[in-house]
Amino acid sequence: MPLRSIALPLALMLSVAPALAQVASPTPAPAVPTEPRETIEGTLSQDRTVIAVPAFATPAVTTVAGLRTDNLGRQIADVIAADLERSGLYAPLGPGSVRAISMAEVRAPRFADWQARNAENVVHGFVQTNSTGGFVVGCYLYDTQLGSELVRQGFEIQPGDWRRAAHKCADAIYSRLSGESPFFDSRVAYIAESGPKGNRIKRLAIMDSDGGNHRFITNGQALALSPRFSPDYKKIVYVSYLNDRVRVFIYDVNGGTQKLVTESRNATFAPRWSPDGRQILFSMAVGGNTDIYRISTEGGTPVRLTNAPGIDVGGSFSPDGKKIVFESDRSGSQQIYTMNVDGSDQRRISFGGGRYATPEWSPRGDLIAFTKMGGGEFRIGVMTPGGSGERLLTNSWQDEAPTWSPNGRVIQFFRTTSGREGKSTIWQVDLTGVNLRRLPTPQDGSDPSWGPILP
Amino acid sequence: MTIRKTTAMIAAITMLTVGACSKKAPETLPPAPEGTDTGTGTGTDPNAVVPGSQQDFIANVASDRIFFGFDQYNVDAEDMATLQSQAQWLQRNPAVRVTIEGHADERGTRDYNIALGERRANAAKNYLASLGIDPSRMNVISYGKERPAELGSNEEAWAKNRRAVTVVIGR
Repeated sequence: MPLRSIALPLALMLSVAPALAQVASPTPAPAVPTEPRETIEGTLSQDRTVIAVPAFATPAVTTVAGLRTDNLGRQIADVIAADLERSGLYAPLGPGSVRAISMAEVRAPRFADWQARNAENVVHGFVQTNSTGGFVVGCYLYDTQLGSELVRQGFEIQPGDWRRAAHKCADAIYSRLSGESPFFDSRVAYIAESGPKGNRIKRLAIMDSDGGNHRFITNGQALALSPRFSPDYKKIVYVSYLNDRVRVFIYDVNGGTQKLVTESRNATFAPRWSPDGRQILFSMAVGGNTDIYRISTEGGTPVRLTNAPGIDVGGSFSPDGKKIVFESDRSGSQQIYTMNVDGSDQRRISFGGGRYATPEWSPRGDLIAFTKMGGGEFRIGVMTPGGSGERLLTNSWQDEAPTWSPNGRVIQFFRTTSGREGKSTIWQVDLTGVNLRRLPTPQDGSDPSWGPILP
Repeated sequence: MTIRKTTAMIAAITMLTVGACSKKAPETLPPAPEGTDTGTGTGTDPNAVVPGSQQDFIANVASDRIFFGFDQYNVDAEDMATLQSQAQWLQRNPAVRVTIEGHADERGTRDYNIALGERRANAAKNYLASLGIDPSRMNVISYGKERPAELGSNEEAWAKNRRAVTVVIGR
């Protein structure tokens, strides 16, 4: 496992054993690379808690795999500040806007300084090299008024995983302050888009929940659509137009190979994992009639779950794996239905007027997210699994395809603009609907699919 | 869906009378699917139309495509006339196989639009089959909203994107 939580001693060891110390750079420190400051598109709530996040300290400037502990200390603080800001609940003062701290301050913050910056909380931490060619990152959260320690966590990381330590620290802070489950240390599969509207190049791609560690997976020669990470992140199920057919493939992330979910002459699409990763839902069109099927990831005969003459498509398992929410136009227009996992007890739950599509069950089980179409707009909304309490979270020409954060408090989706130059980009909104942000991606993006907290 | 012969007969007459109608083919063709033979001739006369090619098909049918209403997939009288002209050409070129591409406009969700495009392509295929074209000569593929022919975001463009296009793929 690339990232390990460790217990931090109450008193920090401020010295680094000589054997562990790599050759410190004798030259002056180069300019510290900072996180790219994207132009912020979106809205944020006004009453956010101010949290100071100065650069993490280091007991000695050492270098591993080209990463200097002092630079890393600043980069980690940058990632933490960006995570906290994106959550919509906090107004972080990142390392670019507050002074650096000494190693001694990590366990003995100068609370008055941070109070003077109107920070209710302050994050402190350190970075040092360890004996296994990696780093130890310490993460602390304090209440500046009470002068009390709220979080103390340590992580051992390999150099390539430093961002995960930052996300873990941000998750610990977010969970402690909000009482919610963590969600930053997670990944997203999506479709990277480029090229003209009439002939878009669509590539399967993956990234961290904040857009970091971006990686293209397919080369764009075949259209790729609607990816979903397996619960263990080892596989991605998606639709490829390889050889001019519409088929569902399971891609092995580490092996770089892929296999068909099922052999069929018919178009198969809209794949989804079961919560235990052992089953896949997919839709199959036979003679123009689309129904939903379930199949084991090991193969075998698909089980047909719907048999209405209309279009039954998509689907999303409840977190306990017992129910499925899906869309159907059997009533004459797209609406949302639930059924048992064996296909029994199919019942419509959307009655708010307009068309409803792309239902996704929250990992908490309490809500269904959907796309609602009507009045010239496509909007993201939520309702209970019984169909009550509908709330619309976004308001745009075309917002589509919600996907839940691991803690069920934030939703990513894609937003398409109209016209000949219309583009799709990935956005996220929290359940208040107030905190709305665009996610930075190297190209345009669509079909985001948010995975669980990383194992 | 079922198509009655009488409707087809009426449509055949309609074809003769309406001629160039409001749903004529757009000037531009959609990009050919990767790896397909577009039927470009290799004869000595570069302008010669190779019999049985896509070029030959386009030149001798009312249109290579039919259009649908919003969220609809029924084949109306005008569509029937177009498909009848395609059927006649296919009967004259019995070795030719075609792919029927189903498409949707951008104002639908992705997965649903794939299903809708499948419905439309199959509606065209079923009608051609009812006219005597062997179904084994016809593949269908849905592109959903992925390959619009018209790029605008207005009713006129969407009407042209809700389509089923017959593409010659060779013999």
